[in-house]
Amino acid sequence: MKKNKIYPLYFALPALLVFIILFLVPNFISFYYSFTIWDLKNATWCGFDNYKMFLSDAGLALSMKNTLIYAVATCSLKVILGFLIAVFLTSAIKTKDLLRSIVFFATLVSAVAVGIMFKAMLHPTKGIVNQFLGLFGFSGADWLGNTKLALGSVIFADVWRGLGIAVVIFVAGIQSIDRSCFESAVMDGATGFHIVRHIILPLSRASRNSVIILSFISGIRSFELIWSMTKGGPGFATDVLGSVVYKQYSAGYYGLSTTGNVIMLIFIMFLAFPLQKILEKKEEA
Amino acid sequence: MKKKRVKILIGDIAGLFVAFLLYVVPFLFVLLNALKDRKEANKLQMTLPSEFHFENFITVITDNHYQLLLAFKNSFIITAGTVILLIGTGSLAGYVLQRRRDRLAGFLKKIVMTGLMLPTAIIPTIWVLKGLHIYKTFPSIILLEVALNISFTIMLYQGFMDTVPVELEEAAYIDGATPFGTFCRVIFPLLKPVTASVVIINAISVFNDFTTPLYFFPGADNVTVQLTLYNYLGKFSNSYNLLFADVLLIIIPMLVLFLIFNRRIVEGMTAGSVKG
Repeated sequence: MKKNKIYPLYFALPALLVFIILFLVPNFISFYYSFTIWDLKNATWCGFDNYKMFLSDAGLALSMKNTLIYAVATCSLKVILGFLIAVFLTSAIKTKDLLRSIVFFATLVSAVAVGIMFKAMLHPTKGIVNQFLGLFGFSGADWLGNTKLALGSVIFADVWRGLGIAVVIFVAGIQSIDRSCFESAVMDGATGFHIVRHIILPLSRASRNSVIILSFISGIRSFELIWSMTKGGPGFATDVLGSVVYKQYSAGYYGLSTTGNVIMLIFIMFLAFPLQKILEKKEEA
Repeated sequence: MKKKRVKILIGDIAGLFVAFLLYVVPFLFVLLNALKDRKEANKLQMTLPSEFHFENFITVITDNHYQLLLAFKNSFIITAGTVILLIGTGSLAGYVLQRRRDRLAGFLKKIVMTGLMLPTAIIPTIWVLKGLHIYKTFPSIILLEVALNISFTIMLYQGFMDTVPVELEEAAYIDGATPFGTFCRVIFPLLKPVTASVVIINAISVFNDFTTPLYFFPGADNVTVQLTLYNYLGKFSNSYNLLFADVLLIIIPMLVLFLIFNRRIVEGMTAGSVKG
């Protein structure tokens, strides 16, 4: 009893108050307003109309699909590439600190700046990406203007920017593996591939789980990079929930915009939360 | 042995080549074109400028009555205010939440961690801010940034508190110090390393934040660095030299921070996540 006296709970009160009032309360009331037509002053109940709109309107339905594609694609690429690069950077090479710094620095550049850089580099007629491909005889493409390619191009830019975090998390995970595991494996005659497959891969599970959850959630919540590269276009080809929320907000459809927010929340609750539970269970087993 | 050395050398060279191509070339491209005149820059070529136009930076800074300076000032106020409040509230909360073993504290910990996952409910937040009569003000954007970053901050402090022995507070308490005095004089000084991570990581994320000021801090005088950059994307779409000069002005502070605090940043960003 005496112990808790040293640690009065009101110490946590300022942090909790700000967090609850400005973050949790809005998330709670978003459920109510997602069932309304709303202009911030008056809200008219409209039942499931907003949700039906997300299912029936082609553009809105596509934004849900794109959000999932975007989250799954960026997450898997970051996990796979991040892991391979981390294995490379924990090997005997000499320039590992320099290489890690180069890849990591991109995560510190704002999404808007990265968007501007990629938009210029992916320019359909004079962009350096197409020029580079031209060197090898490939004809370039309209990376951001072609509805079939645009989402992939934005995903590429997102992976380019976010890979650094995945790499440093994996590097930290691999470095925390007990050296004796490697030594005994080498004594038993294990070669490079076997070490990666049977020692590094299973023993870096905790860091892999972090990367999966972090990048999946940031994929579902994505907005800034997409907005500065394509504004959801061409057409609705790169629209995601984050950009729909902004578009409907700008158009004054506050109820519909809030519904987009709630769907994002539902995706996270019903996909990311269970995913985390499953991964944690495997970790313990 | 010799064979192995050759292999490592090949790895180094290949790694440097790929990293240069994918990660250095884009920045060089921006740098080179930021120094060209308009006509040359609009060709978007990866060439040295035929003449160096350093005045591009002055043009960008003075544009629209020194709007960029106003944006830097606003972003600085928001970033500094947020970081100070995060240190104060986050260290106190992380300290008691880590130390207490009762149910309520466990529940509160779980509540706080939802902040790492859930999205920001945009318009309901505007509704709350309007209800509090602080919408479009500095206090509101600062408090919002605190709300958005407090979960990560508390997690960092909690993680660090695991390594601080309990005996320290107990001794101070027995000597008659108040709980707050104990925290301020005994614990807080020990938190210096994690406080450094808290400062640098949150400063970067608040400075780079585009979404929060876009929704919650509109108005001509309320520009932030990322908002001006976004506006230039439309305004200077035909003057890549100026657009890139602006991008550079915004990247350079990050580069300076990174060169000084490289290790701290990486440690802070991995600290919370590897533990899970």
